[in-house]
Amino acid sequence: MEHIYKKIDAIIFGVFSPQMIKKQAAAKIVTPELYDKEGYPVDGGLMDVRMGVIDPGLRCKTCGGKLKECMGHFGFIEFARPIMHIKYVDTIYDFLRSTCKECSRILADEEKIKQQEELLESIKKEGRTMQLRKVVDEFISSLKNIKKCPYCKAKQGTVKLEKPITFLEDDRKMSPIEIRTRFEKLNDHDIELIGLNPAYAKPEWMVLTMLPVPPVTVRPSITLESGERSEDDLTHKLGDIVRINQRLFENINAGAPEVIVEDLWDLLQYHVITYFDNEIAQIPPARHRGGQPLKTLTDRIKSKQGRFRYNLAGKRVNYAARTVISPDPKIKLNEVGIPLAVAMDLTVPETVNEWNLEKLKSLIKNGSKVYPGANYVLRPNGTKKQITDETKQQLIDELEIGFIIERHLREGDISIFNRQPSLHRMSIMCHKIRILPGNSFRLNPSVCSPYNADFDGDEMNLHIPQTEEAIAEAEMLMQVQHNLITPKNGQNVVGCIEDATSGNYLLTKEIEFTKEEAIQILISIGVYKPDQFKKFKSKVTGREVFSVLLPDDFDFIGKSLDGKEVIVKKGNLIEGVIDKATIGESNGSLIRSLFAIYSEDVGIQILGEIFRLGIAALLKRGFTTSIADTDLNKNVKDQVEEIISEAEKRAKRYINQYENKELTLLHGMTEKETVEIRIMESLNEARNSVGKLIAKISNEENPTIIMANSGAKGKTLNLAQMAACVGQQVVHGKRVEKGYRKRVLSMFEENNIEPEAHGWIRGGFKSGLKPYEFFMHALTGRDALMDTALRTPKSGYLYRRLVNALQDLRVEYDGTVRDSNSNIVQFKYGEDGIDVSKSEAGTINVEKIVKEVVKL
Amino acid sequence: MSKIYESYLELPSPIIEEIKKLVIKYKLSDSDLKEVLNRTKKAYENKLIEPGEAIGIVTAESFGEPSTQMVLRTFHFAGVSEMNITVGLPRLIEIFDARKEPSTPIMEIYLQKKYSESPTRVKEIAEKIKGNTLQDLASEFLLNIMDSHVEIKLSRNKMQELNINSKQMSDIVQNALKTVIVQQDRDSLIIKSTAKDTKLSDLYKLKEKCKEIHICGLKGITQVLPMKEGDEFVIYTAGSNLKEALEIEEVDAKRVKTNNLFEMANILGIEAARQTIINESIKVIKEQGLSIDIRHIMFLADAMTKSGVIKGVTRSGITKEKESVLAKASFETPIPHLVNASLVGERDSLNSVIENVMLNQPVPLGTGLPGLMAKMKDTKK
Repeated sequence: MEHIYKKIDAIIFGVFSPQMIKKQAAAKIVTPELYDKEGYPVDGGLMDVRMGVIDPGLRCKTCGGKLKECMGHFGFIEFARPIMHIKYVDTIYDFLRSTCKECSRILADEEKIKQQEELLESIKKEGRTMQLRKVVDEFISSLKNIKKCPYCKAKQGTVKLEKPITFLEDDRKMSPIEIRTRFEKLNDHDIELIGLNPAYAKPEWMVLTMLPVPPVTVRPSITLESGERSEDDLTHKLGDIVRINQRLFENINAGAPEVIVEDLWDLLQYHVITYFDNEIAQIPPARHRGGQPLKTLTDRIKSKQGRFRYNLAGKRVNYAARTVISPDPKIKLNEVGIPLAVAMDLTVPETVNEWNLEKLKSLIKNGSKVYPGANYVLRPNGTKKQITDETKQQLIDELEIGFIIERHLREGDISIFNRQPSLHRMSIMCHKIRILPGNSFRLNPSVCSPYNADFDGDEMNLHIPQTEEAIAEAEMLMQVQHNLITPKNGQNVVGCIEDATSGNYLLTKEIEFTKEEAIQILISIGVYKPDQFKKFKSKVTGREVFSVLLPDDFDFIGKSLDGKEVIVKKGNLIEGVIDKATIGESNGSLIRSLFAIYSEDVGIQILGEIFRLGIAALLKRGFTTSIADTDLNKNVKDQVEEIISEAEKRAKRYINQYENKELTLLHGMTEKETVEIRIMESLNEARNSVGKLIAKISNEENPTIIMANSGAKGKTLNLAQMAACVGQQVVHGKRVEKGYRKRVLSMFEENNIEPEAHGWIRGGFKSGLKPYEFFMHALTGRDALMDTALRTPKSGYLYRRLVNALQDLRVEYDGTVRDSNSNIVQFKYGEDGIDVSKSEAGTINVEKIVKEVVKL
Repeated sequence: MSKIYESYLELPSPIIEEIKKLVIKYKLSDSDLKEVLNRTKKAYENKLIEPGEAIGIVTAESFGEPSTQMVLRTFHFAGVSEMNITVGLPRLIEIFDARKEPSTPIMEIYLQKKYSESPTRVKEIAEKIKGNTLQDLASEFLLNIMDSHVEIKLSRNKMQELNINSKQMSDIVQNALKTVIVQQDRDSLIIKSTAKDTKLSDLYKLKEKCKEIHICGLKGITQVLPMKEGDEFVIYTAGSNLKEALEIEEVDAKRVKTNNLFEMANILGIEAARQTIINESIKVIKEQGLSIDIRHIMFLADAMTKSGVIKGVTRSGITKEKESVLAKASFETPIPHLVNASLVGERDSLNSVIENVMLNQPVPLGTGLPGLMAKMKDTKK
């Protein structure tokens, strides 16, 4: 097996010298033609087979490799006249300004040179490349006013850069030849003073005499259905360059007039610029015949679709699967159900040894189409052989220790499961494989929240780690039970949700089973504890059933949602009702306690059981929600009506005061603003008191209320909205104001500021909304939708920047936090060195420790 | 008693303090205390962060994940309509970008005890703090085209309120504008340009310039709002001018705050700026009903201020400080980075994360960090 180690130690950047371009090239490109009549690449053309091959069947003339074996080789073009490199124009300008036109020495006297030398030396010592630029820029601008060379005493002209590439010396255009000859005379020491490293970059190399031609494999052509070839944009551009270059050669050799040569030269310059970059200001972008700009070298590198972000920072992988997810509360939290088809396509490499030889042989015998089988055999010499009906027997015969078999997945294999957007590390966790019928990935609904998944068509990705290191790491660090607590704030991200919460709530609150029922339920969820079952009397309370799941020595004191105490002693729930506060997400104190006292593995096991118990109990009892939940009796209806009309009256009073200009103004506000605030206040208060009223009078048996009280889903306010009053609709923090001039809808009078004209919905959802009320309600919904749509890219960009800025920072062995160059950011992480994901909501619970000690 | 604590110095001081309080509450004996300390120490050691933890990424995730849940709106501040404050995601972005000026600068000015309790006194001080321009004190601006001068009618009431007379006003205006002659005519100022030909457009420009002249109070402060907080009054201001606020006698200089990071850094130093980043971030997060552990916030603030100046989380801030060419190039504007690297023959030693991702090599974080050295037997033999 291949071992993982660092192969590349460092990368050094530099500028190609003409010698190097020539040396590394496999071919000189002299003709713009690509293929001959037979469709074979022309020698000396841009598709020359010496630069690699893109057609199956052909062999590279340089290395003899076939397609995919040969990585390709560079070629080169020799320019008839030197050409400026557009990306180095600024550097060229720097040199022209700061060197002598006659002797090419730097325009600084010895004292100044010495100063600069010292400065550069000190920068080099500190290793701060950032400051280098600044020092050099200052140095260059200090040379600006020297009009006479201190060495040869030649008078200096003023050099101006006329964007993009024309240099003017005393208003005379400088030719690239002139510039290049000047640079050739520069000595290395002077180059260093301008901040360049002459070993890697000399200014004369920035005026090109040679152009490297990228290998054919970098710019493959596509064969269309019609059999026609469509070349890559780079090939097109290079074709232009070669054509013009050859014409230039011919014209120079034929002694053509200077005007023609100049024109061709400029054209060649244009093509070279647009070969590098098509988005230079003042230069018209080179276009396809259709009019869309050509994709240049720069375009290949930059932006999201460029080389860095698309291919280097993010990579495509093998051994992965993606499909729709669906829930299965019966599997464990750290399991994922996968379809058989996926299990037979994805593989795990297993090395043959004397203990598994026979087993693996049987897998090969099954082949790739029978489960459990295997798909490939890897020989120690590195060759890979597919297992088919024909090759099967031969492979079994030659199988020896040291071979690697890529076998089908089986239950218990390690996989890595992920859902985008991967916003935090719990978005990618390790699950063990379960092979289940069907075509979707199955996951326990409890782990929806870390992935932020639901089952309305979400898809997720599954990866199979391929090395022993990766498998071990995934299993030991990435499994669900190791990621229960988020490092964001130390709360648990996995817990009971929805039906599991309300089920446990009802179970521990009121349900009573017969002994037989209780045992049946427990066994149905996979709990078999005969010792505990024996203790059951003929009637078993829900609390007793719940207690069966808890370890015998478990002690716990906590609070439920309504603030009452929940007490567990010696594994028995003796007081309190279980709800979201004890077993839910974000701060399920009981399950947190289980994780802390017993191991995470035990904790997650019990959590799974609690989850299933909740659902089983709910199933046994029966649970539904219906429109009848929102029924109110006459008395309550009257009270609601009274509250609402009272509030409306109050609003009206304010409106009257406003119209009569009697309103007492709130500090710093105009009359209009005051009346708005007052109306909002009255109406909001009305809705809140309706909510309270509904919560107060509502029946504890009401399923909607049960869901709200247990914390499973919804609040009593939601019931109030359904049953009694939807309330004031708010857009951008104000009452609804958009729409027609001086009114929201044409049905209202102008300047009507009464509640219903600005989004007050007095009825409940059940009684139905009037058309204009419905409209106002839709406005609120649209506002929320828009907000989300605008926010997502903004927060995404913030996130990307944060990650990029902080990704190298890590905790060192000495407890300090440092960046990749060992600069200290913090002396102790978080000032106390506590890992948030191990802490209890960011702290150590000292009081709990004290209580434990006192009890001793 | 205190001797017992001495052997537990590695425990963070807040925890020791908490234990000290609990000792009194539960009346612990010395032996119990020792047991508590031992257990706390054990718990603390178990909860220590592990070497190699990619804490930077954890912090970034801790901000990135909840930031998708924040709202995108500015809210009115305590009902005063002109006084908006930026909250939610935009404010968070503003802090992390380290913008030179926040979009809604705000100061919290605390007063010394003897002044901070009476509402009338506080109001007086607030009025003193509020910056007034000529526009605030004038009732009318007139353009006299015939004589080509600007006439400003001053508001008597306002001037009395601020205890300033028209002579003083005229002096201030004369000082502010060099190229004009200011004449005082009872309650109005007549401003004449010294230039010979005054075009109408110049006159108009002069008028607009006059409006902005700062007369009294703190420059840049457009609104003041005294608010009761506990048993004292605090003055909130729209606009920020920390330097001048600190010089006011009645102000409790120790507690004055501004939300402008750079003002804090320039006047009170980088540590104050760091604390401001922390406080302002907490404010945003709390207000949005989210919870992010303070360690992450402190960590980010430290990363932003570690060099002694505030660096934003942008390509010109923290990212620019990076050593690696590839790391910089992979973020934004790759081409200039590559070009500059080629000039100096820069060597990228592949010390950080992203370069190694690019080259398919182990990343120096977590399990990729430790190196293992072993003497191998010569396999050739």
